[in-house]
Amino acid sequence: MSQYLIRRFLLFIPTMLLATILVFGLFSIVPGDAAVFLLTGEDASGTVTAEDFERLREDLGLNRPIYVQYADWLWGVVRGDLGISLYYGQPFGLELVERFARTFELAVLAIVMAFATAVPLGILSAMKQDSGMDYASRVIALLGIAMPTFWIGVLVIYALVYGTGWLPPLEYAHLWEDPIQNLKLMVLPAAVIGFHDMAFTARVTRSAMLEVMREDYMRTARSKGLREWVVVGRHALKNALLPVVTVSGYQFGRLLGGVIIVEQIFVVPGVGNFLIDAINHRDFPVIQGVILMTAAVVLLLNLIIDMLYGILDPRIRYS
Amino acid sequence: MIDQTTEQATLAREGLPAPGLAARSWTGFTRFVRTKPLGAIGGLIVLLLVVVAALAPVLAPYDPRSTPALPWEAPNANYWLGADYVGRDVLSRLIYGARISLYVGLGSVVVGITGSFIIGVALTYIGGIVDTVSQRIVDALMSLPGLLIALAIMAVVTPSLNTVILAIVIGMIAPVIRTVRSQVLSLRELDYVTAATAIGAPPWRIILRHIVPNCFATYLVLATYYLGFAIIIESSLSFLGVGTPPDQPSWGGMLVRAASAHVKAGPWLAISPGLAIFLVVMGFNLLGDALRDVFDPRLRGR
Repeated sequence: MSQYLIRRFLLFIPTMLLATILVFGLFSIVPGDAAVFLLTGEDASGTVTAEDFERLREDLGLNRPIYVQYADWLWGVVRGDLGISLYYGQPFGLELVERFARTFELAVLAIVMAFATAVPLGILSAMKQDSGMDYASRVIALLGIAMPTFWIGVLVIYALVYGTGWLPPLEYAHLWEDPIQNLKLMVLPAAVIGFHDMAFTARVTRSAMLEVMREDYMRTARSKGLREWVVVGRHALKNALLPVVTVSGYQFGRLLGGVIIVEQIFVVPGVGNFLIDAINHRDFPVIQGVILMTAAVVLLLNLIIDMLYGILDPRIRYS
Repeated sequence: MIDQTTEQATLAREGLPAPGLAARSWTGFTRFVRTKPLGAIGGLIVLLLVVVAALAPVLAPYDPRSTPALPWEAPNANYWLGADYVGRDVLSRLIYGARISLYVGLGSVVVGITGSFIIGVALTYIGGIVDTVSQRIVDALMSLPGLLIALAIMAVVTPSLNTVILAIVIGMIAPVIRTVRSQVLSLRELDYVTAATAIGAPPWRIILRHIVPNCFATYLVLATYYLGFAIIIESSLSFLGVGTPPDQPSWGGMLVRAASAHVKAGPWLAISPGLAIFLVVMGFNLLGDALRDVFDPRLRGR
């Protein structure tokens, strides 16, 4: 058991390290580095002298060998120092963490809503395979997959404005200071993001349930004379939910992608606005920070899920 | 099966030719439509997209970049779907937008899936430390959502249709390599591959003659799904204002100004581009589901 946990944890370290190399590498292969963008402006129309350029490169440390820059940056990240925003000229680590917390709250809310609807939908669908109910839930799942998140978001805003004449309160309220106002603000964007995830989770739940239903122990449970809801709830669901949870963990990254878009529509001051802003200003350290933080959260989440999985399912440990 | 043979035998006896390739394809096609109606609907939507994209200059009533209408003109007899914030005809932009979606979709899939296939097959065959390290890189890449990777790429390149394709491709490489790798690993264990190895066939021959042809179904199914994925990511990037340049009529870009600030000014702007994306992505998904069922009967009904 502990061997499995240790092995899984050791796998996490090189993956995380590779993620930092990828994130750092991407912004080092840019033709012309950050100094050029800073000096010539966004549309590269400004003029610079060679001395200006060299001085700035030295200030930013861009004249050092690439691996020194990487080591320096990584050491900073480890100490919690993500660097200085090129555009605003000040450290952004604290603001990023604050914004990420809001985005994370939105994502968790979305996944909870998705799970609460998707699992019953998937179970019903699997138990009454090929019935009208099954068909309906598959159609809903397909809608969720094919409708782009931003379109659902726009439609929800329209429905609000034309249906009720009410727009969601756009002043953000902190979760700890005004939880009711905060939830009021978060519930719609979370539902929009959750809809997509719900579709996917319902599909996975359905196929996992269908698989479990064919197992011998299901027949045994039924022939023992157990009630149907005990058979489904205790024997089938417990086994079917494990893969669903694992897949959802991997889905979480994609969910964060959806959050970026929905934050734009519902004006949530999360990491999405921060990122788009940074992209428009070519503020590379900020983009690096956002991406690194996302990768860290997703990898950490997968680590936790895999470890839980190992504890819950004895088959995993010994393979 | 037996019926078919006897039928062919009868035909042969009567001196009539056996059904040719065209007739057999037609039978296969009608059977697909009969047994997979949803897949056929998907195929029809995809076909419609291709036709609209190909005939865009003929079908579109106006030049998508010209501004014949008044800004925010509501749908009327001249401008069926209304006009946008500078007076461009929405229908014409929608029709030309089909070209962008199709170009980006096909481009990403041809480059991304083909590239990932080559890398995936090669890695599996090279094996050893290269395979182990590359699998960790795939893990690291998989921790990032496709949209976020695409956004990061768009931050360092000049926005154009081809850089959008590049951004989408990088986001799809990791999951596709993972799928290809598991497929190749299981194919390699099959008896006829062992037999080919035993008679001394070189690796390239085994790859080209035995592995690649058997991956064809996977390729086709992945390609259909990722076409939908690519179209969604392209429109998302354009919606966020960092994708296809704004003068080009991308469906996602058309929705930008439809959100928030201009809700009251032009509600029609939010409906048609979103509906177009939705229909096309659904079409590709339905087709992909049906193809998967046809190629892999074990997964039927899941």
